[in-house]
Amino acid sequence: MQFTPRNAPFLVGPNTVSALMRRVSLALVPGILAMFWYFGIGVLINLILAACAAMAFEALMLRLRGRPIAPAQGSGLNDGSALLTGLLLGLCLPPLAPWWIPVLGAFTALVLAKHLYGGLGFNPFNPAMIGYVVLLVSFPREMTQWLPVNDLLGQAPSLGDSLSWVFTGAQGLDAYTQATPLDHLKTELGLSRTVEEIISDPKFGGIGGTGWEWINLAYLLGGAYLIKSGDIDWRIPGGMLSGIAIMATLFVALDGDAYRGPAFHLFSGAAMLGAFFIATDPVSASTTPKGRIYYGLGIGVLVYLIRTWGGYPDGVAFAVLLMNIAAPTIDYYTQPRTFGEGDDLKGPGHD
Amino acid sequence: MTEFALILISTVLVNNFVLVKFLGLCPFMGVSRKLETATGMGLATTFVLTLSSICSYLVNEYILLPLGLEYLRTIAFILVIAGVVQFTEMVVHKTSPILYQVLGIFLPLITTNCAVLGVALLNVQEQHGLLHSAVYGFGAAVGFSLVLTLFAAMRERITAADVPTAFQGAPIALITAGLMSLAFMGFSGLVRG
Repeated sequence: MQFTPRNAPFLVGPNTVSALMRRVSLALVPGILAMFWYFGIGVLINLILAACAAMAFEALMLRLRGRPIAPAQGSGLNDGSALLTGLLLGLCLPPLAPWWIPVLGAFTALVLAKHLYGGLGFNPFNPAMIGYVVLLVSFPREMTQWLPVNDLLGQAPSLGDSLSWVFTGAQGLDAYTQATPLDHLKTELGLSRTVEEIISDPKFGGIGGTGWEWINLAYLLGGAYLIKSGDIDWRIPGGMLSGIAIMATLFVALDGDAYRGPAFHLFSGAAMLGAFFIATDPVSASTTPKGRIYYGLGIGVLVYLIRTWGGYPDGVAFAVLLMNIAAPTIDYYTQPRTFGEGDDLKGPGHD
Repeated sequence: MTEFALILISTVLVNNFVLVKFLGLCPFMGVSRKLETATGMGLATTFVLTLSSICSYLVNEYILLPLGLEYLRTIAFILVIAGVVQFTEMVVHKTSPILYQVLGIFLPLITTNCAVLGVALLNVQEQHGLLHSAVYGFGAAVGFSLVLTLFAAMRERITAADVPTAFQGAPIALITAGLMSLAFMGFSGLVRG
């Protein structure tokens, strides 16, 4: 009888990188469906383009670095992380953006932000957000042409129209696109109109923007599943959402005519997507329990600052990247006390 | 009071001297390998920058302008900065020999930190008063120290990463600095002017 020696670990839990990535991708489904409902086929085109490009660049970089492309163990194309990065990037892009937008975004995300740092587990910045921010800074015109939600559009663009816009150029698309609710609010507040005048516009729904509130709710649902399955720590989304809520409550209390309340900010733009799916990237986020709260709070406060006074309509991507910069320093200063050291000695047994 | 708060926000975040104006890159790359040295360098630079912006304002206002010697401004400021750095070096040497050893060559290098001369010249160009100059210099230095500290902590983490050989060391650090600068673009438009 042949005896084959095996290496530790002998007891392997079911939790692997690919299972985690699969659960996170699954949790995105309600959000994707809601986006598809309100913005039509363009969302799916973005997702497919971004995901395929992300997988292709991942395979290319693994090959260039001389790593196995799909190993049975360890990280590779089959762990699903590139797919997830592609999906997150695709969800941030305006529907019916030209085809090279998701491809270029996937390139910066996978090559620049992930593989130059050594691939999965080493990226100091959130790859999808690097991809998004590079696009936003370089192509502001393409990146701010959002379609209005279907309810406001009357007739949704057909599949053929959508495909021809994406692949051959956006002639006539201008007639459809509008400012997003967040963008609209900022512009109109700049013209010194009061919040109450502005929100009579049909762009604004009961809580957030029309449609956007349901999209955010769908992401919240997916996020709740991830917290329940233990895949993400509640501290990060909790910190981020309370950061936004605290700032919004503070300023609406100061001047109700010039600022909108916490409910609007929590259910607008990318707040929920950012809180549950982007800020919680386990590599680029803070890793200590206390640090995660500070990290989340920092993102929330920065999102509010950039939304309200900054030059960009939504601040989630910038806020996440800025706190990614701060995460190693936060970790350094919030390392948990080793058990038995410090003040712990003053316990009941010692006095 | 609000004015000074805005100057601070503007110089620390919106117009950060390292990541937005690209001044003071040599110490930013040179002293950011370890967190402790970076913090020390940040403190020393803060001290020098605040003091030198006050001194250069005084020199400009009470010596150069009355005597009509504006054309000597750059060289006079360099002299003032060198003097302040020498003074800081003596103070650090006396009060914290360990920090003095750790900072080593970088302490005299503050003289050639372009951010220091840049702040002095910008103060003149934008016609800041005495207090305004001091706050501007202090804000610039705080912004410099902030990003230097954050960058050092990031670099400590990146040394443990499996970076491709061609990108190890300075290349990946420069890429990281570039991505940090990208993130700081999010602050643009936060404070007008």
